[in-house]
Amino acid sequence: MNLKLKPAVSDGETFFDLAQAPLRELNAALHKLAADTNETHWKVFNPAGRHAVAAGLDAPVTVEIDGPVGYYCAGMNKQARVIINGNAGVGVAENMMSGFVHVKGDASQSAGATAHGGLLVVDGNASARCGISMKGIDIVVKGSVGHMSAFMAQAGTLTVLGDAGEALGDSLYEAKLFVRGSVAGLGADCIEKEMREEHKALLAAKLEAAGILGEVDISEFRRYGSARTLYHFHVDNVSSY
Amino acid sequence: MCGIVGLFLKEPKLEPELGALLSEMLDIMCDRGPDSAGFAVYGAGTPGFVKLTLRGPAGTDFAALGGQIGHLVTPRDTHAVLSVPAAEEAAVRAALARIAPEVRVVGAGNRMELYKEVGLPADVAKRFKLETMSGTHAIGHTRMATESAVTTDGAHPFSTGPDQCLVHNGSLSNHAGVRRLLAREGLSVNTENDSEVAAAYLTYRMRGGDTLGEALEHSLDDLDGFYTFVVGTETGFGVLRDPIACKPAVMAETDSYVAFASEYRALAGLPGIETARVFEPEPAKVYFWDRAA
Repeated sequence: MNLKLKPAVSDGETFFDLAQAPLRELNAALHKLAADTNETHWKVFNPAGRHAVAAGLDAPVTVEIDGPVGYYCAGMNKQARVIINGNAGVGVAENMMSGFVHVKGDASQSAGATAHGGLLVVDGNASARCGISMKGIDIVVKGSVGHMSAFMAQAGTLTVLGDAGEALGDSLYEAKLFVRGSVAGLGADCIEKEMREEHKALLAAKLEAAGILGEVDISEFRRYGSARTLYHFHVDNVSSY
Repeated sequence: MCGIVGLFLKEPKLEPELGALLSEMLDIMCDRGPDSAGFAVYGAGTPGFVKLTLRGPAGTDFAALGGQIGHLVTPRDTHAVLSVPAAEEAAVRAALARIAPEVRVVGAGNRMELYKEVGLPADVAKRFKLETMSGTHAIGHTRMATESAVTTDGAHPFSTGPDQCLVHNGSLSNHAGVRRLLAREGLSVNTENDSEVAAAYLTYRMRGGDTLGEALEHSLDDLDGFYTFVVGTETGFGVLRDPIACKPAVMAETDSYVAFASEYRALAGLPGIETARVFEPEPAKVYFWDRAA
């Protein structure tokens, strides 16, 4: 395999070394992929924390990134599977529409922000604002999430195997939050809700999608959601406006 | 924006490479702060002597000035380091003010040297030959000015006490009030820069007996705004982010070093980074490392 050929193809896999060729070239090549492309498995080397690696994909391909990435990796993703063998910077999978993003290390702030669909799995921790304004994505964090996670989260699920930081689910809409560990504090209008069978089934489905069904005890999770008191104007609050 | 970098070595092996490593880190952070840059390096000290870092207008003849003062001077571009017996520091400062009022003492301490200039950070590092410097720890900053003008005085790091310096990414909202508090306590803040107020606040706390860690804990109560600070003392290295953690931060730790950067990119070239523990410092949590003096 000669990595200097950019991209180099070997055994059905396409290799791209970011130490040898610019990121723009990688992203342009990925953007050009058609739905029926034969180049379905890409391996990217030496990301060195670069921003926007594999952002804007729209093809059913797998992109494996060998090392830590910077901001907005796999942003706006559609269809693609993006696997990061390292930590991810701010806004991984932000505004994802569909597909699968797997961070094998930690994710920085705003992981999965505003995303409409797809599945984001973080093996480590995600820091503050995980799932901020999420609109349908499913997020599974195997570690803990930082403060203000699921802020104004509209739809989708956030599942946390560890703990959640301050102000979880502040100004929450209809996203469903499942946390196994402790919650440092709930944000405005976020409350703990009963974990009924339908919610256990939903959680099981998300854990299964993340490949960890059976590894954790579903009865250990608590469910949090919107109290829906901020949905409508209330006359008692008139002096606040 | 602004970029911050810091490197604290745990073992002597890397000490000759400290400047080269920091220089590369600063270089990568150019695009977070292209208007000015600065750095402080904790190098070798001579027992009984104090290092004064001087800054003068371009073309200042530091060698001649050293001759007039009667002490060893090491010029580096617009800056120079003057090594004077501790007992003579006050006299030397007075002599400097008399002989060369245009030259300012921008840093002082047993080991710290401090350099900063307006310009692209990669160029600033080259002008001062950062890559040739050695030491135990160093911090650096690339600036994109928001709260005050693009001047050398406004560049980071800020030093407000012996062997103490601070770099800051963010902006403080209560710096005017803190400035008045510090003035009452006899601490002078020389610029309009909010970050210098933070540096002086830590000096004020440490002067009152706080360790670096305690001083950082107190700043969580007393400093309002958003900030990521990286702080150096003669033997210590500290990091603090505000409780909201608006500003990015990533750290790497190995058996050989602790490194800080605004973005992982700046850490990517460090030796052994592949196996380092890379983590994001938590909001409102004080991190500091100290080595035996």
